[in-house]
Amino acid sequence: MVMRILTNLARFAASFMAATVLVFLFMRAIPGDPAQIALGVNATPELIAKTRAEFGTDQPLLTQYLDWVRGLPFGDFGTSYVTHRDISPLVADRVQVSLILVVLAMLAALIIAIPLGTLAAVRHRKASGAIISAVSQLGIAIPGFLAGILLVLVFALGLGWFPANGWTPPGQDFGQFLSRVTLPVLALAAVQGAILTRYVRSAVLEVMSEDYLRTARAKGLSPLAALLKHGLRNAAIPVLTVTSVQLAALIIGAVVIERVFVIPGLGSMLLDAVGNRDMLTVQSVVMVLVGITLVINLFVDVFYSVLDPRIRKSA
Amino acid sequence: MLRSKRTSLSVALLLASSLSLGACSAGSAPGGQDGGAENSAITVALSGPPVNLDFTTTAGSAIPQALMDNVYQGLLRIDQEGKIQPLLADSWELSPDRMTYTFKLHPGVTFSNGEAFTAEDVKFSIDRVKSDAWKSSVKAKMNVVQEVVAVSDTEVKVVLKQPSNAWLFDMGSRIGAMFDPKGVDDLANTPVGTGPYTVSSWKPGESMEMSARTDYWGQAPKIKNATLRYFADATATTNALQSGDVDVVYNMQAPELLSSFEGKPEYQVIKGTSTGEIILSMNNRAAPFNDVRVRQAVMYAIDRKAVMDTAWNGLGTLIGGPVPPTDAYYEDLNGVFPFNPGKAKALLKEAGVENLDITFSVPTRPYATAVSEIVVSQLKDVGINAKIASTEFPAVWLDKVFTKHDYQMSVILAVESRDVLTIFNDPNYYIGFDNSTIKAEAAAADMADESGYVAGMKKVVRSIVDEAGANTLFLFPNIVVAKTGVAGIPANAVSEGLNLSAMSWK
Repeated sequence: MVMRILTNLARFAASFMAATVLVFLFMRAIPGDPAQIALGVNATPELIAKTRAEFGTDQPLLTQYLDWVRGLPFGDFGTSYVTHRDISPLVADRVQVSLILVVLAMLAALIIAIPLGTLAAVRHRKASGAIISAVSQLGIAIPGFLAGILLVLVFALGLGWFPANGWTPPGQDFGQFLSRVTLPVLALAAVQGAILTRYVRSAVLEVMSEDYLRTARAKGLSPLAALLKHGLRNAAIPVLTVTSVQLAALIIGAVVIERVFVIPGLGSMLLDAVGNRDMLTVQSVVMVLVGITLVINLFVDVFYSVLDPRIRKSA
Repeated sequence: MLRSKRTSLSVALLLASSLSLGACSAGSAPGGQDGGAENSAITVALSGPPVNLDFTTTAGSAIPQALMDNVYQGLLRIDQEGKIQPLLADSWELSPDRMTYTFKLHPGVTFSNGEAFTAEDVKFSIDRVKSDAWKSSVKAKMNVVQEVVAVSDTEVKVVLKQPSNAWLFDMGSRIGAMFDPKGVDDLANTPVGTGPYTVSSWKPGESMEMSARTDYWGQAPKIKNATLRYFADATATTNALQSGDVDVVYNMQAPELLSSFEGKPEYQVIKGTSTGEIILSMNNRAAPFNDVRVRQAVMYAIDRKAVMDTAWNGLGTLIGGPVPPTDAYYEDLNGVFPFNPGKAKALLKEAGVENLDITFSVPTRPYATAVSEIVVSQLKDVGINAKIASTEFPAVWLDKVFTKHDYQMSVILAVESRDVLTIFNDPNYYIGFDNSTIKAEAAAADMADESGYVAGMKKVVRSIVDEAGANTLFLFPNIVVAKTGVAGIPANAVSEGLNLSAMSWK
């Protein structure tokens, strides 16, 4: 078990370092000079050169890279070229917003998916099961931003139940937070819920065909009772895998949803920073996203071994 | 086979995540006022957030839009009609040789840090524009200043190297902003000026809150708390207005959304003017547009009214040249190149470039994409096949089109006021206009008296249009949608700042 965690940590570190190189090089490969953008049209070449020196973008790539990477383990992302502020506190501010959004959306998605998927599996030969499958298929086909726009049209502009966009932190006014967070969370959860419903359904279906479940039923348990008592744990493993993969997808989906609902999360920060070629900010935000994804994977892996002793032994 | 009775771990995972949720603390912006219920607060939606608060080192119109008139003030200001008016200077005199301005400062003015505003601050501010502290390229407008002398606390002389009409006007823009020597340590985050407001909170990319000063030297503004909220998308701004989150949408970027507000009693729609010309630029230095006949063909080929009607719902003003009607030397130049596809074809034939293939670099901005399709179809009618190359703005556009001049045709909103000479009196500017005929005339006009200035500049502008330096498609409108109760909204965006102190609730 300890070995397994150590291997995972090593893999984590290697992936993280590889990602720093990739994102760093990518930001240098795309056209656009932060100094030129900051100074705008009519800036003289001398001014631009001076500003580059100030930003450090005139340094050799390796120096720039090392300067940046050096601070990362300490959470020091450097100072933004454009805002002239330390990046770390800004990112910390934004990461909270995005995490709230993503976690609430995943929660909502699972609340939708677990009962519906189970139901669809148990009733897979009945009309109700087929209807759930069909609706979930539809849900998968709708892009998150479209779901967002539709929700705004109906519930914000049409019915006036919710604000159309904006953000209030939960600590500031919880009621307002709830009213603002509902639509974006629904937009994200609708698609995720649909995807997860299908996975829950197939996981449960597979478990239902297992011998131990037949035995349980032979002992007189109803299909649902047998499933709840003996099957859900086993079904949880594939669902957990998908949930972790989807959590990463959800973080990406949140980038778009944040734009639709004007939410000050990492997504909008990333888009603004890319537009301004605020390289250090882009790199930092991407690394935070990479870090979150890797941490999720790490946790899921550890969870597996707790959940399934076979995995524990194989390590 | 599993035998343990532990609860499903996916549920545990959910619990863990909801706990971590509770750990997240506050720290973000408030969403805005609740329908402007309070009569002293207002929320204004704007597009294009400032990236920091320091326009001395960062270009663009977003920072001065928020800070000029509100936090920073100049000796004089540009009014809604584009005319020069006194502000921190009550009056000024010009010496007979037109080279020395003597400003009489308004007494009793203080900065928001409590310091008194004196002639020394004027000297400090103007000298600072010329120093290395200022990086933004607009600083070049101060080059004409020879010397600043503080005569007394309330009197200051500015000596120019040569007479300049442009300089006095430019003093109404950001280069004329007055700073306190003790207030320039952290301009990017903490601006200190003589204006009616201070920035009480600022969330990069999100919002800025302004509070009215209690010790403001002028008339106290009716709006005590103003929130500027920034939206990347025009639909999001109108959604926010409709759901009551904002009170005013200023300089709206999507005229097609106006129909849901027009004719409704709870909203007012204001169609003002601006100093932004939508310019169809042609690379004057490279083929095929280094041939004046090809450029003139493009002038004849474009039905500018149709472009404005199609792309921007007919909102805007047809001006025919790169000068807005609020400028002293404006004249209607629509008649110089009337829509005439026949003439366009003839000119192309004469230039020997029938069936021309060109690349049209279109910046990723709403007005540019809206304009591009119809321009392409009109060019096609005269035998110019333009291929649209979407160009990310600002990063890629600045790099490729502006800096490297690697383009044939582009379209851009030139927002600066009185920018005709910036654009056309510099052969190294990205348009590459040959300024040999206008250079001397423009210099003479700047040094002349007021009437000589107007007459001289008219002549300069006419030469630029005759030479088809670029095709000014139309003047960008300043569209404002607001709740009916808001009064005093500056309809015209002809100065840099959005003057919040003019606004109030009816």
